[in-house]
Amino acid sequence: MIENRKGLDGLSHLVLIAGMVLVAFPLYLMLITASYDANSALPTPVPLLPGGHFFANLGQVLTGEGGAVSWPFWKILGNSLAMAVSIALGKMLISLLSAFAIVYFRFPLRNAGFVLIFATLMLPVEVRIFPTVAVITDLGMINSFAGLTLPLIASATSTFLLRQSLLSLPRELAEAARVDGAGPLRFLWDIVLPVIRTTLAALFVINFVYGWNQYLWPLLVLRDASLSTTLMAIKSMMGEGAVKWPLVMAGATLTLLPPLLVVLGMQRWFVKGLVDSEK
Amino acid sequence: MMSHRFHFPERGLGLLLMLPQLLITVIFFVWPAGQALWESTRLQDAFGLSSTFVGLDNFASLFRDPLYLQTVRTTLLFSVLVASLGLLVALLLAVMANRVVRASAFYRTILILPYAVAPSIAAVLWLFLFSPGLGWISYLLAQCGIDWNHVLNGGQALTLVVLASTWKQISYNFLFFLAALQAIPTSLLEAAAIDGASPLRRFRDIVFPLLSPTSFFLLVVNLVYAFFDTFAVIDAATGGGPGKSTETLIFKVYSEGFKGLDLGSSAAQSVILMLLVGALTLVQFRYVERKVQY
Repeated sequence: MIENRKGLDGLSHLVLIAGMVLVAFPLYLMLITASYDANSALPTPVPLLPGGHFFANLGQVLTGEGGAVSWPFWKILGNSLAMAVSIALGKMLISLLSAFAIVYFRFPLRNAGFVLIFATLMLPVEVRIFPTVAVITDLGMINSFAGLTLPLIASATSTFLLRQSLLSLPRELAEAARVDGAGPLRFLWDIVLPVIRTTLAALFVINFVYGWNQYLWPLLVLRDASLSTTLMAIKSMMGEGAVKWPLVMAGATLTLLPPLLVVLGMQRWFVKGLVDSEK
Repeated sequence: MMSHRFHFPERGLGLLLMLPQLLITVIFFVWPAGQALWESTRLQDAFGLSSTFVGLDNFASLFRDPLYLQTVRTTLLFSVLVASLGLLVALLLAVMANRVVRASAFYRTILILPYAVAPSIAAVLWLFLFSPGLGWISYLLAQCGIDWNHVLNGGQALTLVVLASTWKQISYNFLFFLAALQAIPTSLLEAAAIDGASPLRRFRDIVFPLLSPTSFFLLVVNLVYAFFDTFAVIDAATGGGPGKSTETLIFKVYSEGFKGLDLGSSAAQSVILMLLVGALTLVQFRYVERKVQY
């Protein structure tokens, strides 16, 4: 604080509160709407105080009781979780290995490989969507978990962030490990991993949210309702003639919970890692 | 380039470690991109059985197609609105959050919530706020005599997807602006304050110029976001309609690709999008150079 200006401080808080309302109001209304009876008409506009059906609605969506959803959420939450965790860990694993290779080895094709990985930055999945679906079809991976996750785990961003962290380690670390007779993999596992754990934590948050929020790709790759994700389920709930808003919002609440818990639970590392990853 | 670094002598192992990432990149990035490039230069017959080389004809006919050009215009308008609105709101909030001491952690926690929200969920939430007869915003607008129906009104539909897309991106922009503001040395601002510069003056002459690399970086990121990542928002909120008023380039590729009518044209559209992301990524690296690295 450079000087004390009461007026300016008051204004700052006012702007921030307005921003907070803007950000939080849609989420608040989601919770409120999820607490009203799904079988009778919603009061208009939706009241600002909760009704009494929140847990009944959550239960209905979770179990799929009464045909509220085509597939019970407790199953497809598992699908979403498996997809998000596989994508996040897959990205981190192959990025860590390639960053380690780039920083600690010299081999033919190193620079070519580096450029190739870097070039994937320019090809987000949405852009090459149909050609990629064609490749997945050719490989017989349509409607499979591998087809769902593998094409999404290449990650230039994670590779670069990990490369940065590895480059910041002192060279003596590797030399000492060498003198002590540790091989490269032992060095990676026993020394590097513990040192860069905050970077890894940040990457997990970023990539988990990325994986959890995939929308277009699962829509194109999955045919089986039993494999579908919660976002797909909400899409189909929205597509029905008369949208049952309380149930949609209950589903949205359940869908939001895992990424929100990950982001808030790991907030400090996430914020640092996100900003570092691009700087 | 990194000769001062330590290198393990096992060269084969190095290649082996890079292999998984390389394989995935080649199979799922290079191959499909190459296929799109190949198909974009070919014309299929009516039955999809054979195709002939037509050079850049598919591209030329796209740029002669008024519907395609209309989509280009919609995409530009949409992206500029999303990027500028998102940057302005986030900058304002970050400057204020950087000033206050009390409750700052609380503000920050609330403001990063949308980061976790899936774009399609963001669309559902805003759709609800604006849904005629139910939502709060449409209700308040009706009180002011404005009749809101984004299912019929193209401008209103565009407003809806712009707001939902911007809302989703506020957290990201806010965190970057806040980090950049916190990196500005306090001594600079103190010196200016002692010289009698008002807070507004200090912002204009010191803070804003120092923020320009971050702002530029965020501008590019937001444009890329608006071009490509907002597919889910548009699909869930308006489905590109009414008419084609919220149809962006990426949405057009998707909806036409699904019908599978014209493979060559779809591929040409994909190639144009790849060139667009490529160009934006290069611009970003060229201008911001070492300050910003992926």
